[in-house]
Amino acid sequence: MGRQLLINDLDKEGIATLAGYKANGGYAALEKALKMKPEEVVSEVQKSGLRGRGGAGFPTGLKWSFIAKPPGVPRYLVCNADESEPGTFKDRYLMQRKPHILIEGMIISSFALGANTSYIYIRGEMMYQFHILEKAIQEAYDAGYLGKNILGTGYDLNLYVHCGAGAYICGEETGLIESLEGKRGNPRIKPPFPAVKGVWQCPTVVNNVETLAAVVPIIDMTGDEYAKIGVGKSTGTKLISASGHINKPGVYEIELGVPVEEFIYSDAYCGGIKNGKKMKAVVAGGSSVPILPTELILKTAKGEPRLMSYESLNHGGFITGTMLGSGGFIVMDEDTSVVKNLWNFTRFYHHESCGQCSPCREGTGWMEKILHKFLDGHATVKDIDLLWDIQSKIDSRTICPLGEAAAWPVASTIRHFRSEFEEYINKGESFKDVKHYFRVNNLQPA
Amino acid sequence: MAEIKPIKFSDEALALSHKIMKRYPEGKQKSAILPVLHLAQAELGGWLSAPVMDYVASLLSIQPVEVYEVASFYSMYNLKPVGKCVIEVCRTGPCWLMGAEDLVKFIEKKLNIKEGQTTADGMFTLKTVECLASCGTAPMMQIGETYHENLTFEKCSDILDSYKAKGENVSHWRKERITNHSDIKQ
Repeated sequence: MGRQLLINDLDKEGIATLAGYKANGGYAALEKALKMKPEEVVSEVQKSGLRGRGGAGFPTGLKWSFIAKPPGVPRYLVCNADESEPGTFKDRYLMQRKPHILIEGMIISSFALGANTSYIYIRGEMMYQFHILEKAIQEAYDAGYLGKNILGTGYDLNLYVHCGAGAYICGEETGLIESLEGKRGNPRIKPPFPAVKGVWQCPTVVNNVETLAAVVPIIDMTGDEYAKIGVGKSTGTKLISASGHINKPGVYEIELGVPVEEFIYSDAYCGGIKNGKKMKAVVAGGSSVPILPTELILKTAKGEPRLMSYESLNHGGFITGTMLGSGGFIVMDEDTSVVKNLWNFTRFYHHESCGQCSPCREGTGWMEKILHKFLDGHATVKDIDLLWDIQSKIDSRTICPLGEAAAWPVASTIRHFRSEFEEYINKGESFKDVKHYFRVNNLQPA
Repeated sequence: MAEIKPIKFSDEALALSHKIMKRYPEGKQKSAILPVLHLAQAELGGWLSAPVMDYVASLLSIQPVEVYEVASFYSMYNLKPVGKCVIEVCRTGPCWLMGAEDLVKFIEKKLNIKEGQTTADGMFTLKTVECLASCGTAPMMQIGETYHENLTFEKCSDILDSYKAKGENVSHWRKERITNHSDIKQ
């Protein structure tokens, strides 16, 4: 196991409370940051090479540097805790076990950005974690880490938790901002970007939970030291949510650059495939990223071992590569029907499309219907072409990336598993009732 | 005709909704709509009828249509009556890979209802929902604020029996939270 910076001390007693968190070095980074100038904090984050951990991987320091500073206009930091990408559960895990690292990271980041009010936008379904955060925030107020004149420095910050109400699209930053304003979560046309006109038309930075938490170790150890961890432009550590047909599902913190093969088969991580089965495919970064068959997830098309890093997973582009995304690592064994899995994902995107843009609103529905035709045994070869055509007409033709998120799984499943679509066509209705997906052995009829 | 009860928050819920509104800048109280609707759903019968939404609109000093358009967008708001206990089974991606489809069929059989329906005794409503960020402990279901994880048929059956034995209303925003809600100093 490599170094862990975020979840290294979850076994320490009371780490979810302020006292336990402080006893393990918590809030030292905040004291250090408040003695620095805000621009020095931004500079440390730039030096660290930290990239957005929510999925897009955009450099955090650069994003912060875009924030507009018109005089007399308040600026806001909003934490994106609307974790909804299928396969991703690291933020919920972190907020539940160690809420103060997020709060400390938010205070430091708000100070760096010059925000005096900040919000944590949490999924409505995570009401349990919502209350954990409220309690932790109260502790931070009582200890003088929040409120007026924080630690006697003259810096004021109010931090609030805001709950959503069930909508994947609110994880998109402008959808989230609309939702925070009390509206439907329809993403906005950019520009203007949130850094110029965000919540209530004020300059706003939206960052993922893990990104803001990572600011704490960066300030603790300095940006230069943080940048030494990892590989190339993939610096630091990353929380990976591992799920599917593996022996040890859960949240793992890895140093970026661990070989994918080691991550899947080592007992330190996923512990190999359940029931001694063979692996068929992996969705490496949440449901939106391209699915890869075993041979391409373990090695790049050039035959080099693939690593858990932004660049290595992306090696070969979308023809033979994929993305690190949010780190939602979904493993499928040899019994899985990737066509049915694709139908499941597509149904999800159809359900979650906000309906603003026709290509996404209509296209996701049509793709779901066509995939259903495959499952029912009524599809023809033309339907594969039709699916390909629809996905290519959604990709890059929508206001927000939900369109791409819906298109990429379709494109990649056809690209890498075309023969399986053909099997559905050739076997027709006789294939319909075959249990061609993984049966979980712990799900026994009572 | 049955007597129509006036729709009104309890004093605690009303105080809490005002506290929530204060979390947003002056004049931006509309931002409180999502949390206040959660509160309304928990306090006023488990679902959002038009009169309940109108009441929320009056609390926030906004037009009723602004509440309707929001309530109909988000999946957590019930726009028709539900049972005391809403079972939300995750059906997406990893949960599907781990057998969520079979789990839903099992619950349908056990409770003798179909997805989206409520049992005749008004105890349970069965819903399927999208990814609840609990993929490592799939399959799972949410009841109120509680996640029930790593489910087997047997475990699921026991859990449902225990809710039935208690017979209580379960909502995302638990009643006791309303009074215990931390009074954050500003």
